[in-house]
Amino acid sequence: MHPVGTVHYLALSAALLLIGTVGVLTRRNIVIILMSIELILNAVNINLIAFSHALHNINGQVFAIFVITDAVAEAAVGLGILIALFRNKETVQADEIDLLKW
Amino acid sequence: MLDTFLFYAFAVLVLGGGVLTITRRSAVHSAVWLIVSLLGVAGLYLLQQAEFLFAVQIVLYVGGIMVLFLFVIMLVNLDQAARERQFNRQWLVALVAVAAVGAALAYFLYRGASAFHVAEATTAVMQNQGNTQMVADSLFSEYLLPFELASILLLVAVVGSVIMAKKRI
Repeated sequence: MHPVGTVHYLALSAALLLIGTVGVLTRRNIVIILMSIELILNAVNINLIAFSHALHNINGQVFAIFVITDAVAEAAVGLGILIALFRNKETVQADEIDLLKW
Repeated sequence: MLDTFLFYAFAVLVLGGGVLTITRRSAVHSAVWLIVSLLGVAGLYLLQQAEFLFAVQIVLYVGGIMVLFLFVIMLVNLDQAARERQFNRQWLVALVAVAAVGAALAYFLYRGASAFHVAEATTAVMQNQGNTQMVADSLFSEYLLPFELASILLLVAVVGSVIMAKKRI
């Protein structure tokens, strides 16, 4: 069994990124699309922490904190939009929201 | 040896939780599996000696964001949505595109795998202080301006989400 190195973490992070992308692109429920975005941001964080550990540099961890901050802001605003949308349109399916489509 | 075992255990948690998150019909089930996945990520942080981020991940993600998600799931009536079609019409195109991106990423990782050992050869010099202390030192000296900007971003997000979710301003 190989010892676990940086490349293992990068492969795991790439796999998680792809899972999140599949979720964003294929699901109809907006709540689950927002959850998939959280998965993608976590994949980014795994990458940052892996390089921070490998290069003995703390900056990667500080950057991961900023990514988490962005994830919080994105989730709060996204869920606020979702509540406003549900009040007006009575749906949470992404492909039924076509007000701007001609 | 223990590190290897723990890495694969957490990897199974992360990827299994992720796959179940995007395939469940009920949004509550998705949220619970997302919690499993995020806890796996927190374990990976601990394996990489990022103890502060391990705590932040559990307190903020599992304790904060997931409670927010569950609140909204309870607030918005999802029973109708759970009975309908779960995947949209272009799912096949999406899968093909993601498979192409995945092939490219796998190719680069395979070709570049040897390049990462350069970084690992250096000996550990950074553990003379605690992890939290080092993060705080960096955050409050080198990254002070981004830190303040992040607080403004959070303020804007708070005001924006309240305005969005409120019925009458």
